[in-house]
Amino acid sequence: MKASISEKRGRRSIRETAIERILFLAGITATISVALITIFIFGSGIPALLDSGFVNFLVGTNWSPANGSYGTLPLTAGTMAVTLTALVLGIPTGIACAVFLSEILHRKAARVFKFAIELLAGIPSVVYGFFGLIVVVPAVRTYILPLVRLWDPDAHTTGLSILSGAIILAVMILPTIVSLSENAISSVPAEYREASLALGANKRQTITGVLIPAARSGILASIILGMGRAIGETMAILLITGNVAVLPKSLLDPVATLTGTIAMEMSYASASHQQALFAVGIILFIIIMLLNAVAQGVSKRMGVNQ
Amino acid sequence: MIKNRLFYSVVWFLSILTLAVLLMIIGYIMYRGLTQISWEFLSEKPALMGKKGGIFPVIIGTLYVTGVALVIAAPIGIAAAVYFVEYSKEGRLVRIIRTFTEVLAGIPSIIIGLFGFAFFVVFLGFGWSVLSGGLSVSLMILPILIRSTEEALKTVPLSYREGSLSLGASKWETTYKIVLPCCKNGILTGLILSIGRVVGETAVIMLTVGGALKVPMSLFDSTRTMALHMYILAAEGISQERAFATAALLVLIILVINGLANIISARIGGAHGK
Repeated sequence: MKASISEKRGRRSIRETAIERILFLAGITATISVALITIFIFGSGIPALLDSGFVNFLVGTNWSPANGSYGTLPLTAGTMAVTLTALVLGIPTGIACAVFLSEILHRKAARVFKFAIELLAGIPSVVYGFFGLIVVVPAVRTYILPLVRLWDPDAHTTGLSILSGAIILAVMILPTIVSLSENAISSVPAEYREASLALGANKRQTITGVLIPAARSGILASIILGMGRAIGETMAILLITGNVAVLPKSLLDPVATLTGTIAMEMSYASASHQQALFAVGIILFIIIMLLNAVAQGVSKRMGVNQ
Repeated sequence: MIKNRLFYSVVWFLSILTLAVLLMIIGYIMYRGLTQISWEFLSEKPALMGKKGGIFPVIIGTLYVTGVALVIAAPIGIAAAVYFVEYSKEGRLVRIIRTFTEVLAGIPSIIIGLFGFAFFVVFLGFGWSVLSGGLSVSLMILPILIRSTEEALKTVPLSYREGSLSLGASKWETTYKIVLPCCKNGILTGLILSIGRVVGETAVIMLTVGGALKVPMSLFDSTRTMALHMYILAAEGISQERAFATAALLVLIILVINGLANIISARIGGAHGK
């Protein structure tokens, strides 16, 4: 009897150990995937970087794969132009929505508003792109262009432009900015609010003078993550910005972005062109990793502050 | 006073504007698209590259890719979450593993697409196929599944585990028979959100599934998902009407998915409260 129980225990402990090993394997799958992604993106792209010369590849202004010339500055500039314009539109709107949600709306209404913001995050990017193509692009051409012409008579645009892309991107990064900023604002300790009100500040002064400054790390992290989202966005941009790999001079110029170029050209690229696109992927990868690391650092600091 | 009024006006204006933009996007897509959706549209083969006819193969392709991705990612994601919450002890290795799970969530879809192309399509030789696409997309939903399962596991009271262990159940028996069943809703929410992610994904699909406009017969066939089909219709100017119809279908699916996820997580909140 005793022997069989200990035997049973032995078998059971073997099974338990095996299960733990399997669970551990599942646990490291994501890590292994990140490693593989890094290896394959860098491995496939580095030959192109070496071919063109690292500096040439980064700051060359001529992207014309047909001639074997791979200068990515126009692409980086395109990505940055669209992203920064989107942030200019998205940051104030996002923070306003966050304040609205956490400080102004009543609980029930806030829940509805939150659901709406979540929906905004759920809409596929290709649908945003299509909406931009059908609605925003013509709107920029017919309504914004005449306004710009008032002081610059030579202005011209097809509507496929930085501005159109940025408008749609601003909407797309709103959910990120709103939900994280709202978290940050509502996790400011109640004493701050009470102290400010007790000192005679009104609600508006409390929000702008106490709550937003106290939540600034969280808000900053949300902005950085939103920026990462904007830089990585592909399908929406692809349909709206016109995909012309030239350094832009105005917000109404078309641009090609890092992501859009990869998506567009991958399907027909020759071998060396493909390598160059992987090298573009490396640039993108590094930018996103840096931004994520900064966002992590910022929100960690927030944890210490509170 | 003026400052106050200005502040509140700006906040109200921008918030209402956001809501209006959301309603406008959904409303406009629905208005232009829903009228185009008919039984024929859903059940017939496309003709002339999608200019005429329906999107039946595209719907099947979407289901197929989504199914493959879930079959791969769901067990791994749930198991990983169980490892993190129930088994792992705080330590350097575990911290690193968790950080990299976060990192995976932050990688943009076009990079996942490039990787899927280099690794699954070319290196492993799966070609442009449902399998390559499903594997690539499973990388995108893995962090979602891990996170939602983790959240659910954390809400299970410690006393459940202690009770089970003190009755002589082993750790795995406790996890499998006591803890995991309590997490059904949380896991379900993760699965539903993952479906939404896969259905809406385009860039990865474009680089790994190809874009053949036909019903996939095996894992190694190329096909198209609704999002990719819609992109091709719009980008190549094949048919705006059909693009709107497909977009409306996509938005409808997303509405249902978000609604479901909300209902389920509200139920979790209720269960948690008692």
